[in-house]
Amino acid sequence: MQSKKSSSRNKGITLKNITESKGFTAFTSVLLAIFLGLIFGFIVMAFAGPQNVFKGFSYILLGGFGRFGDVLYFATPILMTGLSVGLAFRMGLFNIGASGQYTMGMFFALYVGFMWDLPPEIHWIAAIIAGMVGGMLWGFIPGIFKAFLNVNEVITTIMFNYIGMYLVDMLIQGNLVLYLSSNARTNYLPRTVQLPSLGIMGSNVNVGIIMAVIIGIILFIVLEKTTFGYELKATGFNKHASNYAGMKGKTNIILTMVIAGGLAGLGGAFAILAPSAIAGSSMTYEPINIIAVNGFNGIAVALLGSANPIGIIFSATFISFIQRGGTLANLVGYKPEIIDVVIAVIIYFSAFAMIMNSGIGRFIKKYIIKKPHTNILLEDLEAVEEEIEVQNKEAE
Amino acid sequence: MENYIVEMLNITKEFPGIIANDNITLNLKKGEVHALLGENGAGKSTLVSVLFGLYQAEKGEIKKNGKEVKINNPNDANDLGIGMVHQHFKLVEIFTVLENIILGVEPNTLGFLQKTDARKKVMELSGKYGLKINPDALIEEISIGMQQRAEILKMLYRENEILIFDEPTAVLTPQEIKELLKIMRDLAQEGKSVLFITHKLNEIIEVADRCTVLRKGKYIGTVDIKDTTKEELSRMMVGRDISFNIEKKLTEVKEVVLSVKNVTVPSKLHKNNAVKNISFDVRGGEIVCLAGIDGNGQTEFISALTGLEKVSSGTIILGGKDITKSSIRKRSVSGMSHIPEDRHKHGLILDYSLEENLVLQRYWQPEFQNKGFIRFHAVRNYAECLIKKYDVRSGQGPITMARSMSGGNQQKAIIAREIDKDHEVLVAVQPTRGLDVGAVEYIHKQLISRRDCGKGVLLVSLELDEVMNVSDRILVMYEGEIVGELDPKKTTVQELGLYMSGAKRNTVKEIDNAE
Ligand SMILES: Nc1ncnc2c1ncn2[C@@H]1O[C@H](COP(=O)(O)OP(=O)(O)OP(=O)(O)O)[C@@H](O)[C@H]1O
Ligand SMILES: [Mg+2]
Repeated sequence: MQSKKSSSRNKGITLKNITESKGFTAFTSVLLAIFLGLIFGFIVMAFAGPQNVFKGFSYILLGGFGRFGDVLYFATPILMTGLSVGLAFRMGLFNIGASGQYTMGMFFALYVGFMWDLPPEIHWIAAIIAGMVGGMLWGFIPGIFKAFLNVNEVITTIMFNYIGMYLVDMLIQGNLVLYLSSNARTNYLPRTVQLPSLGIMGSNVNVGIIMAVIIGIILFIVLEKTTFGYELKATGFNKHASNYAGMKGKTNIILTMVIAGGLAGLGGAFAILAPSAIAGSSMTYEPINIIAVNGFNGIAVALLGSANPIGIIFSATFISFIQRGGTLANLVGYKPEIIDVVIAVIIYFSAFAMIMNSGIGRFIKKYIIKKPHTNILLEDLEAVEEEIEVQNKEAE
Repeated sequence: MENYIVEMLNITKEFPGIIANDNITLNLKKGEVHALLGENGAGKSTLVSVLFGLYQAEKGEIKKNGKEVKINNPNDANDLGIGMVHQHFKLVEIFTVLENIILGVEPNTLGFLQKTDARKKVMELSGKYGLKINPDALIEEISIGMQQRAEILKMLYRENEILIFDEPTAVLTPQEIKELLKIMRDLAQEGKSVLFITHKLNEIIEVADRCTVLRKGKYIGTVDIKDTTKEELSRMMVGRDISFNIEKKLTEVKEVVLSVKNVTVPSKLHKNNAVKNISFDVRGGEIVCLAGIDGNGQTEFISALTGLEKVSSGTIILGGKDITKSSIRKRSVSGMSHIPEDRHKHGLILDYSLEENLVLQRYWQPEFQNKGFIRFHAVRNYAECLIKKYDVRSGQGPITMARSMSGGNQQKAIIAREIDKDHEVLVAVQPTRGLDVGAVEYIHKQLISRRDCGKGVLLVSLELDEVMNVSDRILVMYEGEIVGELDPKKTTVQELGLYMSGAKRNTVKEIDNAE
């Protein structure tokens, strides 16, 4: 029986083969997670204002279609931070520091944009690269700490979020070329450092999204097709076995953190260098001591995308889509704060449902949840979630 | 009608690409030790997992005391008094032994953990059954043998009456096995029922009342042990006769391939050194066996030899090159293959497919990659070739997830990978652990063929039969030292036992002089 079965494995694609394939189960679990998230979001919305809940919710669900340019525009930074968190996650590293790396990326990009005199054709490209370098630096340091001193990267990256944010705020406020103190924001960037727009009416969508998607695809190829990806995933799954197989754990940790930081830094650069629809203006940075929320959203994006770069491209678009639609819900009387909460509930419930389905979920279910006195990890996760929510609200 | 405590009737369980259990019936009497026998991948673990609620069967029913029951998860099983020691332990590494034993059934008053009572009960059980443990050691720090004892205590602590042991003896020393078999008999005498999976026919003959045999997912039969023989059991299991004697040609030994000089390795558990100043050579064309009771420094020595840990002093020379401080990759390239002791911790990436695991040591070689891109075709071809050559069985061939493979087939995959890789020295730590008799025979032949090809083999084994039959030279380790060098042809198991227990030694000096 056994041999017959296995020899028939190459023959044809049956429905069973499809439903049992890895990709299919991953896909269905994402849909299920999103569905759960939407239900919870709907419940919260119904509590907040039952009169218009169907109307309001349909804005959230469908409103994004009318503003697809904006959906892509807002998806760009969270796509990059999502890739950053997702890549590190595949290596078994929890990069909470995408925010700090993102902020450093913004600063480096701004600095090159304002302080360097470069030919207009390459100025914006130089600024993007600078942003990447800034992020890389902010990933490199926690990477070093992890590799050589075995300091938990969660702790260092959280610390580096704060260090990066305060440092950037200080550096910007101290630089009179960058900073316009009367308006408490940076100056308008010259046109030559802004990214070329895609020319969709009424939207800032620009080449950033195209680059981000290409980067996502490249990352996918790196992870699935190269020896580096093989090592990275192997280390993420089982660091003892990867060590036994002679992989250079330390180098790989540092390299992964550098790449992850670079990705988040690029996100920051794409965000700050985006063209403004209003002639003569640009995106600006306000040094108001707040950690960049796009970094945290990257965690949700990565989880919802199962830490798979292609999945992350879709999850970033989805989250941006829901957020754009949400902004329309105040047409039927929902306060922006309520909408933010509903959106956050949708995103984090979906992401959380994803975790429960994934490897961590299995771990949590098996060892932690059942045991009343041992739910440390779960509480930790919840604390992180809560912090994200708080940050989310603060940022608005 | 017979009085069965558990009846598993017509159980069928499928996995992608394979029917792991095909209409299997197993009846367990009260107070019996019931053995479950079958080749690697025959479906034994699957069957007991169905009983323990880890899997749900597609067809068939389970009855307890004649009444049909539904077992949807291990908690249900526990409520029915069914406990299980898994083939691969399920202990929480960062908890202590005691915490693991009481996990999930912690005694508490108003939510406060009452560890003292639990400790007392655990230590009583430990004393009663001779299951020696250190309740405060962390799981990640203790030997596999002690982890196993913790698992058994976990079951006894829950006062289960149906006890499932999935290959408990595969990881134990001969002494521990003896003790465990006695414990099983005692438990059966007390009226508990024991379901016992093993590949070792001697153990079945010694301890079991009845034995059920599976082959390739099918039920072959149930026999009374008193009416059967080892030979008959193995014939039922494999469908052919197995030779229990190993044939070895005489070969001449060549030059030294591995030389260990005054190696000392610190211990992680205590302040003393785990390995104290040991020296020996392995020559091409010989199988040197490092024998000893588990926990006498073998694990630490092998870790240092293979580069997983550092030595504190001494030198290791492989094929003329000093590799004492070399990286693991360098050692591997210089000609060391390593079949590790713990297949799940070191040997496999369980979330990788079989083919990905088969190139774990070689993915970076030009054969399998081109400018950093993996050559999937080459990997697939290579994997298919190894799978065929070493008879690695799985549901979906090269793309099967390693996690879903049976324990014995996981082991075969590791062996295939390490033997097939270029090497001068093969370090094999308990290579036949968990393999069925047919596979053991095959692996022994492979080890001998390595030797006949002029390679050196360093075998670490706890199993006396294997030590005596396969090796050309035996080094006995006791408390971190080599206390004797024996010729298997001129010694007896009894004498070996005396050395292993530290009762006898020929001084290390003599060995040094001999070289
Ligand atoms: N979770 C799973 N998913 C897919 N296939 C599985 C799973 N568990 C077991 N199998 C397959 O079912 C078959 C029977 O496996 P099982 O673990 O029951 O074997 P076994 O008799 O215990 O073997 P061993 O002696 O090697 O432990 C194997 O071919 C294995 O690949
Ligand atoms: Mg098994």
